[in-house]
Amino acid sequence: MATLQSLLTRIVYAVILLVAVLVLNFSMMHLAPGDVADTISQSMGGADQEILDQIRADYGLDQPFLVQLGSYMGKVLRFDLGYSFFYNTPVTQLILQRLPATLLLVFTAQILALFIGVILGVISARKPNGIASHFVTILALFGYSAPVFWTGILLLIGFSLNIQLFPVAGMRDVTIEGGFWVHFVDIARHLVLPVVTLGSIFLALYSRLARATMMEVLGSDYVRTAKAKGLSEREVVYKHALKNSLSPVITLAGLQFSAVISGAVLVEAVFSWPGLGTLAFQSIIARDTPTILGILFFSALVVIIGNLLTDIALRFVDPRVGGKR
Amino acid sequence: MSEPLLKVQNLRIELSLRDGIAPVIDDLSFELGAGESISFVGESGCGKSMTALGIMGLLPEKVGRIASGTITFDGEELTTVTQKRLRAIRGNEISMIFQEPMTSLNPVYTVGEQIAEVLRAHQGLSKSAAWNCAIELLDAVRIPNARRRVSDYPFQMSGGQRQRVMIAIALACEPKILIADEPTTALDVTVQAEIFDLLNELKRQTGTAIIMITHDMGAVAEMAERMIVMYAGRNAEQGPVEQIIDHPRHPYTKGLISCVPHIMATLNDERYELTEIAGIVPPLREFGQDRCLFASRCNMVSQKCLDKRPPEAIFGDGQRAACWHAGAI
Amino acid sequence: MSTPPIIPMQETPKARHPMAEAWEMFRGNHAAMVALVVLTLIIITAIIGPYIYPTDPFDMVWAPFSPPGVDGFLLGTDYLGRDLMAALIHGARVSIVIGVAAAFMSVFIGVTVGALAGFYRGWVEELLMRITEFFQVLPTLLFAMVIVALFGASLPMITFAIGVVSWTAVARITRSEFLRIRELEYVTASRASGAKNGKLMFQIILPNALPPIIVQAALMVGSAILFEAGLSFLGLTDPNVVSWGQVIGSNRQYILDASYTVTIPGIAIFVTVLAISLVGDGLNDALNPKLRQR
Repeated sequence: MATLQSLLTRIVYAVILLVAVLVLNFSMMHLAPGDVADTISQSMGGADQEILDQIRADYGLDQPFLVQLGSYMGKVLRFDLGYSFFYNTPVTQLILQRLPATLLLVFTAQILALFIGVILGVISARKPNGIASHFVTILALFGYSAPVFWTGILLLIGFSLNIQLFPVAGMRDVTIEGGFWVHFVDIARHLVLPVVTLGSIFLALYSRLARATMMEVLGSDYVRTAKAKGLSEREVVYKHALKNSLSPVITLAGLQFSAVISGAVLVEAVFSWPGLGTLAFQSIIARDTPTILGILFFSALVVIIGNLLTDIALRFVDPRVGGKR
Repeated sequence: MSEPLLKVQNLRIELSLRDGIAPVIDDLSFELGAGESISFVGESGCGKSMTALGIMGLLPEKVGRIASGTITFDGEELTTVTQKRLRAIRGNEISMIFQEPMTSLNPVYTVGEQIAEVLRAHQGLSKSAAWNCAIELLDAVRIPNARRRVSDYPFQMSGGQRQRVMIAIALACEPKILIADEPTTALDVTVQAEIFDLLNELKRQTGTAIIMITHDMGAVAEMAERMIVMYAGRNAEQGPVEQIIDHPRHPYTKGLISCVPHIMATLNDERYELTEIAGIVPPLREFGQDRCLFASRCNMVSQKCLDKRPPEAIFGDGQRAACWHAGAI
Repeated sequence: MSTPPIIPMQETPKARHPMAEAWEMFRGNHAAMVALVVLTLIIITAIIGPYIYPTDPFDMVWAPFSPPGVDGFLLGTDYLGRDLMAALIHGARVSIVIGVAAAFMSVFIGVTVGALAGFYRGWVEELLMRITEFFQVLPTLLFAMVIVALFGASLPMITFAIGVVSWTAVARITRSEFLRIRELEYVTASRASGAKNGKLMFQIILPNALPPIIVQAALMVGSAILFEAGLSFLGLTDPNVVSWGQVIGSNRQYILDASYTVTIPGIAIFVTVLAISLVGDGLNDALNPKLRQR
């Protein structure tokens, strides 16, 4: 009951955050030089003042700020994020086409980084002077300091130009024909380098934290109790210690969702991955404001959903999370 | 006399420190019979807990090791036994409860699971049988409403209840020896008495031998038949509890006893003046020197005490005291 | 009433200044010292380099794709035949200036928000932390891209965009330090002796909260440099100013012909940020009193 209630509170709160994003979006659009009328007139090859005024009246741009904001919110509630004059497509449709590719990249990178990070953390916590531990230290330095797009280009040079192991760009090979598994393998092959590039930064972060918390947990009283019970080494480490070291790492991963999406924008640009990042990049060059703002809104949505998922995951790992709040 | 259940001979445990190796246990010998209870007494830093961890094979990895001596349990030599065998003994034939009930239970598993787990590991019980057994054990350690509380998490319990759960875990497999390392130090006084009562009753029921580690002479009088007074990693004095309290042969024991008001009162209705032992336990790096380590705090100190480590003087009924002046006390 | 006897004062041993102690600690950290030297060299290059190596990085000086060391160009030329060495030296300025300025801005915002939240508690804290969370929900790079795209890609706007999206970590650290320190005895004592809120916040609490903020500020410079590189890699930069990320961005179609045009500027960014983060780690160890006692 208490769990359900606190989850509901989180959801209500998430909605408030999204509304705030919309207000920010709209204010920025309002403040920025140039408006829809200018964009349309440009795409028509110029227009005189009368037509400009006509367009402004049609789009309600002559209304007061709050009225415009209200009608913008109303449209968003009906999943209408505006119209992209550059792509000649409604923004929502445009984004929904690109969203799956980004979600695939972001969640694969997050989950793999988390999974491998925890394993590395456990191994290196048990042998603080072992190879794994040194790897974690070096990875932590590299992951923080190397520009992600540069890492991506280096991997591209190494593993698809010099050794032609993986495809250079895109998400699928359109010439390939076959059933589900053929396409699955094709997408997986395209996914490897982008995921490695994006995941390496977060792997560095998670493995370092996992190592630190695991070392602390291994020295704790309850791990001593577990040993005193005569449990096997495996049970002591992977049952008693591991579950306790998970919650700080999961919490960190939850906080990183927005950073993962930021990284994805750059990684998508390097590997021409057909997701939101590439779309954002293209629409910025095209000055396609509705699309850019739509992407900002959707990515905030992804972050919020990611945070909610983190919250749920934490409840599974730590019984204290649900009860205390 | 038949072989004792546990026999420790000339045990030496060394800790590697930054500035060298220190013998935290230095030439310790004692015996424990089946169903007997024995107490280790001394201030903190005297090596009481290290003895317990040494017997359990749980000395801190890479830091502590058994340098020499033997620990014979039920005819089996624990210092040379395999890790696998040691795990089979731990929690099954010898088990241990710790000082900090607040942190000794795993916060992310239910108490039922933490009890049932030992039963599954050592007794090969099925999941449901172990769970039912856990409920019975919770009931046995007098946690009310055991059937419901078995699926509680540690954070939903008080310190006293958590220590009861620890006792339930320790006694789950009906071990031959229970080591209790300051089991009540972190608890309220009233709860302390309840825990002692519980331990005494369970001991009567199961016939488990108890090694009780404490710095509280009152607890010793209540719980044990024999006692070992430790000072700076060495045996200062050992023997039957009443006899030692009646007539301590080591100035340190004497000091410890006079720190406590009520044991004297209950034992022979006399009241001594309450004192304290001046000074502190010497730092680890001074352990192992060939002299009496208590000399700096002793009011009977002589040149001999500073020159040579005192041998054990033997008195009647197994009372032994490592003091040059033991006969004169 | 008789005058009290004069007690002769004993000469007390001089307490060492905490900064001197921190410096001693820092000097013992070899990695941090090497990083500090490297960083100093990079900063000197950024300041005086363009005078010593005045070649305009936008000038076509030679044939395109001349590899490093050949034809007298130490780092070679790019796809337009521009001198890469010139780009690196002139680009250092932009990277470092934007990095420092943006970090300064985000530290300023973050410290203000965190200090107010941690000092006043109550609804002020609630409101400010909600705002902080709001900024954490927006993907930083995307948000900065939008700002730059809507309001123009000038250097001040880029600096503003980076600063305005990346202050949340500083705010959280400052707040938790304030929450901790405001309960300490000396703060209570000053409060009891009637110190004003402003004095309490900035003269009594803030100086004691500084060590972790300084460390975070150092790391912020590094991430701001990475941020700027990312933006200019995407082409969101002043086209008339050369920067490291921009060199990578404009050459990346040609990695098949000349991978060094991408690897070399990348190394420059990597080494700079690595040096900053190592110095940051060194500062962390040196300023952390808990570690010092070990």
